[in-house]
Amino acid sequence: MSASTRGLGAVVGVGDIPPSRTTPGETTLSLMAKAAVAAIADSGLDFADVDGVLMHPIGGVSMLTPSTVMEFMGMQANFAEVVDLGGASGAGMIWRAAAAIQAGMCKACVCITGSSRRGRPAVPPSAGGAAKRTASGWNMPDTSPFAEFEVPYGNVGANVGYALVAQRYMHEYGVTPEQLAKVAVHQRDNACQNPDAIFYGEPITVDDVLASPMIVDPLHLLEIVMPAGGASALVVVGPELADKLANPPAWLLGAGERVTHKSITYAPNLTDTAIQASAARAFDQAGVTPQQIGLASVYDCYTITVLLTLEDAGFCAKGTGGRFIEEHDLRWNGDFPVNTHGGQLSFGQPGIAGGMSHVTEAVRQIQGRAEARQIPDLDLAFVNGNGGILSEQVSLVLGRQP
Amino acid sequence: MTEQTIIHRPLPRPSEHSARFWSATAEGRFLIQTCSACGQATFYPKVTCPSCGSVDLVDTEASGRGTVFTYTIARRPTHKAFAEAGPYVIAIVELAEGPHVTTNIVDCDPDEVTIGMPVEVTYADTIEGIALPLFHPATTTATTVL
Repeated sequence: MSASTRGLGAVVGVGDIPPSRTTPGETTLSLMAKAAVAAIADSGLDFADVDGVLMHPIGGVSMLTPSTVMEFMGMQANFAEVVDLGGASGAGMIWRAAAAIQAGMCKACVCITGSSRRGRPAVPPSAGGAAKRTASGWNMPDTSPFAEFEVPYGNVGANVGYALVAQRYMHEYGVTPEQLAKVAVHQRDNACQNPDAIFYGEPITVDDVLASPMIVDPLHLLEIVMPAGGASALVVVGPELADKLANPPAWLLGAGERVTHKSITYAPNLTDTAIQASAARAFDQAGVTPQQIGLASVYDCYTITVLLTLEDAGFCAKGTGGRFIEEHDLRWNGDFPVNTHGGQLSFGQPGIAGGMSHVTEAVRQIQGRAEARQIPDLDLAFVNGNGGILSEQVSLVLGRQP
Repeated sequence: MTEQTIIHRPLPRPSEHSARFWSATAEGRFLIQTCSACGQATFYPKVTCPSCGSVDLVDTEASGRGTVFTYTIARRPTHKAFAEAGPYVIAIVELAEGPHVTTNIVDCDPDEVTIGMPVEVTYADTIEGIALPLFHPATTTATTVL
């Protein structure tokens, strides 16, 4: 049998600071630290037992990020690393943690994500960010292909990239606005079962989605993720500890990763995504098929992202995603549950922790701790993390048994 | 046909390996690179072939013609510099030679843009001295001024 991540580790603890529009009194570091200690406490491990730490890049910390976080938390670790895969970072941490444990580098690894958020930035983003106003116009502070060939055309931010993909998908395969809207509606119904979701208690209809303002054709406001502040962490241990702790383990059964481009303009293909490769590897390592999966906990920055993921992970054939969505009930109690926590569209997107929320939700579902939205007898979950404009993909299969 | 005046865009600062491209646009030429080893054409300026890894890339002049591969209409500004631009079209154009290019479609009602529409390059002279390639429907004449 070829090498695999199957059974190398399991998630045994999760900790969240639920999303909110603003995070007064908090910094990104403080939110990450709170989520991390919550996850460690949830696992039943002592703080000092956790000797591995993974995190994502943090704004304002240009380098030496692990030691910055660890010093802030009072941690000392035998394995420390930054995972820089955008929205796929959280999923990417899981297999890295398990691999580090398997390699003997550490015994328990906390994976930390989070972001603070001000109501209104103290400094306008453009003032110190990608471009600076000069006497004669806007200039880039340094040279990069992105600064030279994307920013001058306004191809800035994720909305544009995903709109370009959605428009091309509609041209090649056809999907109706109603089919895409149903993703947002059913995920909102899921969020209404999750008190931690930012849109808890606010159900929407397909008409609401289609009546919301068009932001970047063909994407409406309610098909676009809402930024929030919050944090999410989890603890990964190896087989020797997994069955000895407070919670049932959610085993890593398979993982796959694929990184292909930065700007969507130079993607190998706009509608056949790198998820095809990452998901195929994850399913192959796990030795299971998409048809055996009971929960799809997949990155949903936009409705089109969910459609592409369902197709490219193999839940339905290329070009049939719209019909698949139309024919299935995506709610927690439906025949094909998707993003039972509400997805980021309805749970909120606290920076990189938004991507991690798909992992923590899958873990809670496998552990039987998803409360009002629990899927009965869930054995296998598929998680997909997506960064950039479909740039970075990490797929995971998690399960109840190793 | 509408005349657009767009000021205060963030403009590229040519790098050591992109300077030839920006010098060419100032002369009304759109350079791509072709790999001597595998024949693959590529854009934007690079030092290795994205297809085979060869370092033997040769500047070649593109026709400046292509088609809209996909596009979106930004109904709200995507960058502060576009705050007063009104709805504008951000597109990926597939050059006749193959490579994809990010651009704006100008001299055209945004709602008239379609995938597959033939377009051709025009160069907007900017106050920074950069000639910025934009694309317009192949049947019209460019009047865009930056």
